[in-house]
Amino acid sequence: MASVPQLQRQLIEYTASLYDEKYLDDQFLQLQKLQDESNPEFVVEVVSLFFEDSEKLLNNLATALQQKSVDYKQVDSHVHQFKGSSSSIGAQRVTNVCVHFRNYCEEKNLDGCLQCLQQVKHEYILVRNKLEALFRLEQQILQAGGSIPMME
Amino acid sequence: MSFIHLIGFGLKVGHLLLMLCYSFLTVISLNSFINDSQMKPNKSRKIWVKFLEIFSSKTSKIHHYYQYIGSAKFRKTWWRKLLILWIAFGTILALWIFWYLRSEALEKRKETLANMCDERARMLQDQFNVSMNHVQAMSILISTFHHGKNPSAIDQETFAKYTERTAFERPLTSGVAYAVRVLDSEREQFEKQQGWTIKKMTPVNKDKYNPEELEPSPVQPEYAPVIFAQDTVAHVISLDMLTGKEDRENVLRARALGKGVLTAPLALIKSNRLGVILTFAVYKRDLPPNATPEERIEATDGYLGGVFDIESLVEKLLQQLASKQTIYVNVFDTTNISNPISMYGIDVLDTGLQHISPLNFGDPSRKHEMRCRFKQKQPWQILAISASFGIFVITLLVGHIFHATVNRITKVEDDYKKMLDLKKRAEEADVAKSEFLANVSHEIRTPMTGVLGMLDTLMDTNLDVTQQDHVRIAQASGKALVSLINAVLDKAKIESGTIELEAVRFNLWEILDDLAAYISAKVPETLIGDPGRFRQIITNLVGNSMKFTKKGHIFVTVHLLEEVMKSIDAEPEPSSNDTLSGLPVADRNRSWEGFRPAGQIVCPPESITLIISVEDTGVGIPLDAQPRIFTPYMQVGPSIYHGGTGIGLSISKYLVNLMNGEIGFDSVPQIGSTFTFTAVFSNPNEQQINGQSMSEFCNMQAVVVDPRPIRAEVSRCHIQQLGMHVEIVSSLTSMLTMLTNGSQTVHFVLIEEEVWDQDLSNSVEFSYKLRNLNQEISPKLFLLSNSISNGPHQNNKPTVITKPLRISMLAASLQRAMGDNKSNSSNGEVPKLSLSKLLIGRKILVVDDNNVNLLVAAGALKKYGADVVCADNGRKAIALLKPPHLFDACFMDIQMPEMDGFEATKKIREIEHSVNFRIKNGSLSLQDYADISNWHVPILAMTADVIQATHERCLRSGMDGYVSKPFEANQLYQEVSRFFL
Repeated sequence: MASVPQLQRQLIEYTASLYDEKYLDDQFLQLQKLQDESNPEFVVEVVSLFFEDSEKLLNNLATALQQKSVDYKQVDSHVHQFKGSSSSIGAQRVTNVCVHFRNYCEEKNLDGCLQCLQQVKHEYILVRNKLEALFRLEQQILQAGGSIPMME
Repeated sequence: MSFIHLIGFGLKVGHLLLMLCYSFLTVISLNSFINDSQMKPNKSRKIWVKFLEIFSSKTSKIHHYYQYIGSAKFRKTWWRKLLILWIAFGTILALWIFWYLRSEALEKRKETLANMCDERARMLQDQFNVSMNHVQAMSILISTFHHGKNPSAIDQETFAKYTERTAFERPLTSGVAYAVRVLDSEREQFEKQQGWTIKKMTPVNKDKYNPEELEPSPVQPEYAPVIFAQDTVAHVISLDMLTGKEDRENVLRARALGKGVLTAPLALIKSNRLGVILTFAVYKRDLPPNATPEERIEATDGYLGGVFDIESLVEKLLQQLASKQTIYVNVFDTTNISNPISMYGIDVLDTGLQHISPLNFGDPSRKHEMRCRFKQKQPWQILAISASFGIFVITLLVGHIFHATVNRITKVEDDYKKMLDLKKRAEEADVAKSEFLANVSHEIRTPMTGVLGMLDTLMDTNLDVTQQDHVRIAQASGKALVSLINAVLDKAKIESGTIELEAVRFNLWEILDDLAAYISAKVPETLIGDPGRFRQIITNLVGNSMKFTKKGHIFVTVHLLEEVMKSIDAEPEPSSNDTLSGLPVADRNRSWEGFRPAGQIVCPPESITLIISVEDTGVGIPLDAQPRIFTPYMQVGPSIYHGGTGIGLSISKYLVNLMNGEIGFDSVPQIGSTFTFTAVFSNPNEQQINGQSMSEFCNMQAVVVDPRPIRAEVSRCHIQQLGMHVEIVSSLTSMLTMLTNGSQTVHFVLIEEEVWDQDLSNSVEFSYKLRNLNQEISPKLFLLSNSISNGPHQNNKPTVITKPLRISMLAASLQRAMGDNKSNSSNGEVPKLSLSKLLIGRKILVVDDNNVNLLVAAGALKKYGADVVCADNGRKAIALLKPPHLFDACFMDIQMPEMDGFEATKKIREIEHSVNFRIKNGSLSLQDYADISNWHVPILAMTADVIQATHERCLRSGMDGYVSKPFEANQLYQEVSRFFL
């Protein structure tokens, strides 16, 4: 079992790498700031909700794009939802793909949409894994009796 | 004369050819010019091209040909051929001119000769004819007076006298004699009558002519003895003419023809000179002109002969004529063409030219001619030779010029190509260098972030003092390295032209907070532009100032350009000591002297031009270095003294240019420098009042005590940012008077440390008086200090705020003071963030279809103490928002399925309207609606895209404002404060 300072440093580095590689942006920081004693599980709560929502949306999108006549309006609204929620938690790479996705929707470009769906799925899974790892690390620190260091 | 003409002609020809040569070259260069202009179409060039096209429409082939000429190798060989051709042409021309002139001269000479010869021949002929006529006249005389009279009226004596006296009439004759026809039957009687015998003509001994020795004539059918003779030829008397071979023939022909007849040239008897004898027949009666020879022979009485001594006579004749020396004259008897007999003249060498004039002496059976030659051969044709030589020389000269020109052009073109090549290579190298720099800088930056991050982590561990010091140094060095790399990267970006400016909304105060800049009140708080780059320029200038300034101040001011331009005209120059630190500075106005006047800058109307000055009291820039200051890599003095790469200013200049601004400076060595630049931003058109952001200090009163106006102005500028009213007084005494007399409450007094230290006892007294003022809250006292290091420690010294004044720090200091105040007076109330104050306990409805968003927004509002209810679509929102309202405000997402935010808001407003209407009508009781007759719940839109159109649409739909999503504390505060204050 690693010591608390070690784990804390690890967490800082890991979080910094997430920002550097643009998985996350400032919005996630804001989110972390909203968490306080009165609401200690706020970030995990929001992110879990995001995971839930996203999986539903991805399923919906996959189904919608498999239809014989694709309802682009519906696809667009799904993507919009996805874009909104991802930007709310600061998963900016997902948000960026969503922007492209919506452009393809406007053009009614099925190939582009399918390609974007794959991309957005990929990015989502990436960010999910990263966030889960982050939470695990935080959990470890808390279990070891340390506190979560705040990023500036 | 003609020689000069010729030279002139030659020169003209040469000039013409030279012009031709030039025009030829010009056409070539124009041609290349056309090629150029085709690549880069340009308006003015197009006109030229058009002009040329018109000019050369007919010679498009030639143009094509010129383009072909463009290849250097071809041109070279072709021009060499042309040169050879030209020289050949010149040589031929020269030869032709030589020949032409020579033949002309020859022609002229021939003509002269012909004229002279003809003249002589005519004269000779005329004189001969005159003599002949006279001889004929004499024959008639004899016929009349000798044969017509009986006895004869003429004897030898009379004849001799007469002929002697009329000799001038016969200029060509040396003598005349008359022979009578005597038949053999009459001989004896005739000899008797004359007293001498008829003698035979025997020219045996020419030297000693003795008539006595002559033999008598042999017996013949007839004789022709001479009876009369001129004295000059008296020796021929009694000689029988028929015995001489030539004479006999002559006599016989003369009597048969009835005309004058000439002998061939013969040696004259006695004189032995060459002569001809003219013989006329004397007839007994007049004969008709068509009489037959027989009739004529039968009628013959005698023969009159004239001796022509041609040699002497011609000599005499020629003596009378001019220019006798120039020509030789020969007279020939050419009766026998194959063997002409020379009658006059000597045989001379052939001088080439000869002219022959025919002579007619009246005897058709004899032919004579005169041949003339020049005594001298034709002289050298100097004119022809020099003219042709001149032309040849001109040809060579022109050829040489042509050759030299072609060589020169080739050389220049070769050089040009070489230069182009070198230039291209240099440019490529430059680009490669920039790329390399950019790459390397970028590559260095990545590991450096790692290094710095690790150093940060290292700082957090347990280190002793020395270790901490080392880490701090390492960190500082690392940061310096990163900033240096950033500068190099910027430079590389500038060189490759890939630098671009952002256009984002930013707060000027936030950007410049830590620089403690003075910002004019007229400058809007929020601008659209590139804050990072803007800050970079200022930081760079300030950084430079810091490097070179050891004492005094560095002062950053921000104004509107119009403001400054106006003040130049209006205000007189402030006194040189009225500066931030009291030290003299360089003249700021001079630093923007070179800028374009404000009126000339073309900007869109909503744009704002700021003018920023950075003033320092450093060492200044040496005068000789001033012109080069913006050149890249240029440094004043060796860089080891101050460090730096020397590219900061050039980057700044470039960035300023990108912002449509200008940069300039004024510097006085040992006094300081002032750099000034302008930058154009756009105005977001938001109506904002400065200083509303920090509401705690709103409407509070502060007083700054500072005798120096500029420094006081800067302090005021910063304190005003907190929303306070600021007054400036120059001394503590006036401060006191103001406090005792003034009705206003003064919350804060800020005193310049310098004033405080001036008279410590006075100051302490002042602070005492201040505390005992008869007011509800006694004013808080602060000192404004330039440096952290305090002077002698004093017990009663008030709180010190270190300058430069930063809003955040100022606010913190003032808050602390107020907090102390409150903790003393009230029951330990903890000062809270202004936003929390507004939102605490408020009931707020958040509407968003996106669960995650909903949760985040709710979380944010809850954080500020609000009581949040969520709804996930517009319908639910409408259901919840019916008067009487349970909520203090509603945040609504715009884009939602089924019913979007605009529609939902419209519906809510309709319901509110109808309720309000009915309350007025009285159909609804006021009591049921909590005594409120005008229901209007604040609805704020939440949107991710903050654009003007959305804002307008929000207002049209009945919304009260909008906030960006995700929430931004400042903006949220501004919007919410409109309803909850």
